[in-house]
Amino acid sequence: MAKHGTARDDEGRGMSGGLRSVRGKSEPKPASGRAHAFDRLIHERLRLGIVSALAVNDSLSFSDLKKLMKTTDGNLSVHARKLEEADYIACSKSFEGRMPKTEYRLTAVGRRALERYLDHMEALIRATRDR
Amino acid sequence: MASVTPLHRAPAPEPPALHARAMDNLAFIRDTMEAAGSFTAVSGRGMVAVGIMASTAAVLAAVQRTPIEALYVWLAAAVFAPIVSIWAIVRKASDANIPILSGPGRKFLLSFSPPLVVGALLTFVLYQAAMVAAIPGMWLLLYGTGVVAGGAFSVRVVPVMGLCFMLAGAIALFSPPSWNGWIMGVAFGGLHIGFGAHIARRHGG
Repeated sequence: MAKHGTARDDEGRGMSGGLRSVRGKSEPKPASGRAHAFDRLIHERLRLGIVSALAVNDSLSFSDLKKLMKTTDGNLSVHARKLEEADYIACSKSFEGRMPKTEYRLTAVGRRALERYLDHMEALIRATRDR
Repeated sequence: MASVTPLHRAPAPEPPALHARAMDNLAFIRDTMEAAGSFTAVSGRGMVAVGIMASTAAVLAAVQRTPIEALYVWLAAAVFAPIVSIWAIVRKASDANIPILSGPGRKFLLSFSPPLVVGALLTFVLYQAAMVAAIPGMWLLLYGTGVVAGGAFSVRVVPVMGLCFMLAGAIALFSPPSWNGWIMGVAFGGLHIGFGAHIARRHGG
């Protein structure tokens, strides 16, 4: 699995000079009013990984995601919070005995965002093939 | 007065093509989903069928007059069981719309088959050396090894099942030869049926 950037990494870094221009320079407004725009929020590798992992599970705990993404607590929580603020994922906190447990699940908004992102990537590949 | 000489920078390398980035992203999504998913290429229903076949073989082997005849019964089961198993795996992958030789299926196959090939060779060697009593334990150990190795890329219950087979193999190796048939029946029959039913219920197919 690719090494993930830190929370402070530029969100458009993965396609700098490429897809970044598709979306323009304005800050992304997740999940609304931009059905055809490129979603920089989900594009960042760690966030893309979180959303992809949650897409095939009802829910995953913080430690499951940390193990899966091979990242640190701080990095994961910062990126998870960004997805949470955009309503892409939902977080629930509970206790298992005395241990706090944080569970994440993908929301309908997040699932649609992932589908749009996949469509976008496929469209890019198709466009290159048709050229 | 010294003149200023502009530094000539090497031209920046071309960024990877957009479509290459897009393909890389799609591969990343697929890999993450595979690693996180609860999909297992192993077919639970296929395992139940193999378990029933093994239980039948155990009963038939028990009524044979010599260990060699009992071995032939098990060898016949060992020929048919993979056919049933592969058919069930192909069908499960087809139902889930997943190519059989990509992702979890390929990883499982690559890890599972080497111990089986070793088992086939050792069966021949032990048979030639008239050490038929050692064959059941060796079969169970190597089958379990294959399942544990293949199960490393699968849901947790698969390697657990492999460990159970290895345990049964270890017991068979150190038990009186007369117990071997029953140990094989319980392991190849019971474990396949029990774990197969669990996989079919929890992980589909």
